[in-house]
Amino acid sequence: MHEYSLTRNIIETAAEYAGGAKVRKITLVAGEASGVSGESVRLYFGIIAENTPCAGAEIEIESVRPMLRCKSCGTLFERKPFSFECPCGGEGEPTEIGREFYIKSVEVG
Amino acid sequence: MPPPERVIDTPEESNTVKIDVMRSVYDKNERLAAEFNAKLTGRRVFCVNVLGAPGAGKTTVLIRIVEALGASAFVIEGDIESDIDARKLKALGIPALQINTGGACHLDAPIVADAFLGAPSAGEAGRASGRAGDTGKVSADAGRDFSGGFLFIENIGNLVCPAEFMIGEHVKLLVCAVTDGSDKPYKYPLAFEKADIILLNKCDLLEYIDFDRDFFLNGVRKLNPSAPVVHVSGKTGAGIGEAVKWLRDRAQNIIGS
Repeated sequence: MHEYSLTRNIIETAAEYAGGAKVRKITLVAGEASGVSGESVRLYFGIIAENTPCAGAEIEIESVRPMLRCKSCGTLFERKPFSFECPCGGEGEPTEIGREFYIKSVEVG
Repeated sequence: MPPPERVIDTPEESNTVKIDVMRSVYDKNERLAAEFNAKLTGRRVFCVNVLGAPGAGKTTVLIRIVEALGASAFVIEGDIESDIDARKLKALGIPALQINTGGACHLDAPIVADAFLGAPSAGEAGRASGRAGDTGKVSADAGRDFSGGFLFIENIGNLVCPAEFMIGEHVKLLVCAVTDGSDKPYKYPLAFEKADIILLNKCDLLEYIDFDRDFFLNGVRKLNPSAPVVHVSGKTGAGIGEAVKWLRDRAQNIIGS
């Protein structure tokens, strides 16, 4: 649901960086725990980008697996459902890895 | 805003130019949230973003808190539709303003700031997903002149998206009911991780339902080692005093008495 307003921001930011040129491609980085659905962004993008410098641009989404950091051994590991346990037996805490949602680059011209 | 810094890579085979952006999609909202927060702090208004699933008892708990605070308070109610909550608060003499998002799943900084400050910025990006409801008219006289007190913003009932968007708050207060189930921290980790205080509501029902308190608290602690978890009942008022004390202390630290 919240992809609508996020997609608007993506389009505005990309257009700003393009400085009047046409945006050909936007590369996003979206962590799997960012709560953002790539399909939903693409759907809204097609609609909102009409009549903007971003119309028809390709959207590439690089996904990032979420990681916890073990408080005992420091290793980064993927969380299993209903568990925070590290393979070493220690306990993991959340990190920002897998949470990110940013515009990596735009191709213009 | 400063003009974007352009880092231009070697053009690929076509004549397009690749520009590194590396900017969070939440960037703009966060900037507006910080501006609104600074305005509130300047007026000595302590702002609480109230999160929770639909039916967790956010409004009932809020009413209890406001009644127990003994300080001036203003409430912004966010809902997809209806002004039921704002009318309920106003009937109790609590100044309130309703925002209807018309479908959007969360409040964002521009819609809250505009509604509260009573200065809609026409054409401001990010507002299209929201509109102030009929009761939004009260904002012009109520919110704009409010100072020296507590501003509670009851977010849309949803454990997912509202946790992502800052709306000018000093703290996030999460209301989770025992009837929601003890697995919620595992299923919706972000809301639990970002909360500054968690109110476990409807504790008067604990003896009637299967709520695994240890499983719940264990999940909360893994995500959030510092937020107090206060057992409350919106119905009986149990535990509200403890929550109010925490809010007063925190407000004192941030905006003074």
